[in-house]
Amino acid sequence: MTAVLQTAPVEAVPNYRVSLRKFTRNKLAVAGLAVVLLFLLFCFVGPLLHSTDQTHTDLGQVNLAPGGAHWLGTDAVGHDELGRLMYGGKVSLLVGLAAGILATVIGTLWGAAAGYAGGWVDAVMMRVVDAGIAIPALFILLVVSAITTPDTAGLILVLGLVSWLVPSRLVRAETLTLKSRDYVLTLRATGGTHTRAITRHILPNSVSTIVVAATFQVADAILLVAYVSYLGLGVQPPKTDWGGMLSAGLTAAYSGRWWLIVPPGLAIILVVCAFNAIGDGLRDAFDVRGRG
Amino acid sequence: METLAYLARRTAQALVVILIVTVVVFCLLHALPGGPARGILGPQATAQQIAAFDHDQGLDRPLPVQYVYYLRTLLHGDLGTSYTLNEAVSQLVGQRLPKTLVLTVLSAVVGLLLAVPLGMWQAVRRNKPADYVITTLSFVAYSTPVYFLGLILVLVFTQELNWFPSQAPQGDTPAQVFADPVALVLPVVTGAASMVAVFSRYMRAATLENLSEDYVRTARAGGSRQGAILFRHVFRNSLTPVIAMLGYYVPVLFGGALVVEQLFNYPGMGLLFWSAAQSSDYPVLLGCVLVISVATVVGTLLADVVQRIVDPRVKAGRA
Repeated sequence: MTAVLQTAPVEAVPNYRVSLRKFTRNKLAVAGLAVVLLFLLFCFVGPLLHSTDQTHTDLGQVNLAPGGAHWLGTDAVGHDELGRLMYGGKVSLLVGLAAGILATVIGTLWGAAAGYAGGWVDAVMMRVVDAGIAIPALFILLVVSAITTPDTAGLILVLGLVSWLVPSRLVRAETLTLKSRDYVLTLRATGGTHTRAITRHILPNSVSTIVVAATFQVADAILLVAYVSYLGLGVQPPKTDWGGMLSAGLTAAYSGRWWLIVPPGLAIILVVCAFNAIGDGLRDAFDVRGRG
Repeated sequence: METLAYLARRTAQALVVILIVTVVVFCLLHALPGGPARGILGPQATAQQIAAFDHDQGLDRPLPVQYVYYLRTLLHGDLGTSYTLNEAVSQLVGQRLPKTLVLTVLSAVVGLLLAVPLGMWQAVRRNKPADYVITTLSFVAYSTPVYFLGLILVLVFTQELNWFPSQAPQGDTPAQVFADPVALVLPVVTGAASMVAVFSRYMRAATLENLSEDYVRTARAGGSRQGAILFRHVFRNSLTPVIAMLGYYVPVLFGGALVVEQLFNYPGMGLLFWSAAQSSDYPVLLGCVLVISVATVVGTLLADVVQRIVDPRVKAGRA
């Protein structure tokens, strides 16, 4: 009897406890999480322990090799490189996180709307995504740099607008399978609105897909932030980010001042790797489809 | 028959995508500060001059009319004229594109030649040290900004060891480029690195999937040796989807070429685009974007069709 009366959808509830256990067993993913936390501490708490002046130049202290008071040396205008790594990391991490999350939000809304609407609306919306993917992001960013130099908020917006396409495809695919589930059909039959179907059922049930997509988006966004200074879109001096430090250090590196490029380069690689490892771990733990 | 219908539908989709790309490029053209008139006449132009120019060029007409006009010139192969080089954009692209193709195709070939055996080896040695080491290396390669990698390579192989020059081969034709193969090493390796990372992952996954298929078990039960199974069956079946992925990878290859060409001063389309951005040469910028996007759409189309033909299991699931 009880089996007949049981009406709860068997497939709907993702088991987060099982997922968490799976995630914590993935050594690479846990290491990634540790690296991200360490870098957040380094960039946001670090300046309290190692306070440096990153606004004013100090021409008596330029191009010092690592050692003494400056563990990582100084740059061409006398900024302490270790302090600058913290200072630039703040911008890189904030812009990367914000742009990655913005891209995921745009992609999620677009993908859910397209998949839920179906028919020709879906077809048109997805062709727009195809068109966006066909234009390489670096080219668009370079065109934007020819037109204007955005401030930090503008930069986040631009990066978000060029990178929401992949999550929109993933969320659309998820929506297509979810919208024919019984609980969505029931809601519609009893007079629930489309908005309610999307916000109450489809998006909550896509959370694992969205979270995994967001993690990879952040990894890609931090990498993209590393390119923007190189492309001429970056934050303006005396502010900087890791990509800006790299670009500024390019010529210095040829004259042997490796300490201007190796630390920011390694920081970018480590953080991007870490976010990708977390994304891989989450994807396997939630058992959802995602990149690579 | 079914395949033909699929081909027709998929081609129609691709045309729609290209049409949307032209709309985007058209909008960008009109989002420029001061519009095309300011771009051509320069910052010194007076309001009257701009108004006259706009009238001459039909720029004072409604946007939809202008768009149709724009499409018509595109269909005639006219991408506009460069502001700074005083040459047709189509001609500039025609000169530069072959050289960029040399660079990207070489990078793709070198990347695949490394990625395929690495991925297979990882699959066979799954969860053994070799697998972990290569996985970690691919993560690092994927996460390294292309220009940082190129810089490190130049510092090590040009400055320290003096094995390869830091400047790519110069020359107007692909033949001249091939005449100096040593100078091609660093640009090609830089372009191939992230390719190795991504495609060894694909190859590893595809090989693992095939290794768990029934036909492998049957072959094993029938007494075939591991090596024979790998090379006779698994290799072929895993390779096709991976090769098809190349089509989706076209925009990344072009993005990489943009940076590599600038870094090594290789006179291809990427460098053309780069210098156009420095001089705000909008016709060149947008012409290049258009050409690259069309190449990407065609690449994706080919990838879909190839996958559909070689793997009957792939049904028209991608709407």
